[in-house]
Amino acid sequence: MSIRLSAAVAAMSLLASGALAQNAKLTDPQIAHIAYTAGVIDVAAAKQALGKASNKDVKAFAEDMVRDHEAVNKQALDLVKKLNVTPQDNDTSKALSKQASDKLAELGKLNGAAFDKAYVANEVAYHKTVNGALEKQLIPSASNPELKGLLQTGLKIFEGHQQHAEHVEAELK
Amino acid sequence: MLPRRHFVIAVTLALATPAVPAQAATIQISMENLVISPAATSAKVGDTVEWVNKDVLEHSATARNGDFDVTLPPKKTGTVVLTKPGTVDYYCRFHPNMKAVLTVAP
Repeated sequence: MSIRLSAAVAAMSLLASGALAQNAKLTDPQIAHIAYTAGVIDVAAAKQALGKASNKDVKAFAEDMVRDHEAVNKQALDLVKKLNVTPQDNDTSKALSKQASDKLAELGKLNGAAFDKAYVANEVAYHKTVNGALEKQLIPSASNPELKGLLQTGLKIFEGHQQHAEHVEAELK
Repeated sequence: MLPRRHFVIAVTLALATPAVPAQAATIQISMENLVISPAATSAKVGDTVEWVNKDVLEHSATARNGDFDVTLPPKKTGTVVLTKPGTVDYYCRFHPNMKAVLTVAP
């Protein structure tokens, strides 16, 4: 419970402290960078889980995360190439990366069932945060229709991930 | 002249149809944005089900009773010929919240 809460609090403070909360209009290159970074973070978390998780459903979930987020990020890279856009680093991406590396270190200290629970709880919280940001900030801010379309597809995929994570979380209890 | 010939063909077809066994159909089911659509499909033994994966993600159509397990790479299709009647729940192995049901009539 405390781990789950801390993940949720961290996720919320991320939104509150990051550029996402400042209502500054994000540019397409920044949006592309944030979306791509969010994918990379989840792949890194999943790879850590593949090395540490003991529950088979948790492992399967982590495999799905690697497969899906790599596939979506490949689409994103293809799109920015096609649009001739260079993703631009920004405060939100930096805040996301910082929080993610802290989380990797925190989860790295756990093992067995404790790790499984903490990883899955964080996946639920993380997907909620990213989906909320996509829905409320990134999609409305995106100017290019193709970028907007990819973000909308991403949101549907990640909502599926969130449901999957919630299901695994319920099974672990 | 022409209308009459069409009439003859139509009558011939109408008369012939009942004698011929029901034609096996190909039924398409799409997988898009992690949704199987339609979620419930009716078919007959002998029909072919074709799943069309429109996502950039890999999916599968996996029967809970083990009848079939079709892997669907991104943007590809996969088929199964239905050989026995019954109701089959199936899902995607990679995205277990993608669920659907196939009702196969004899």
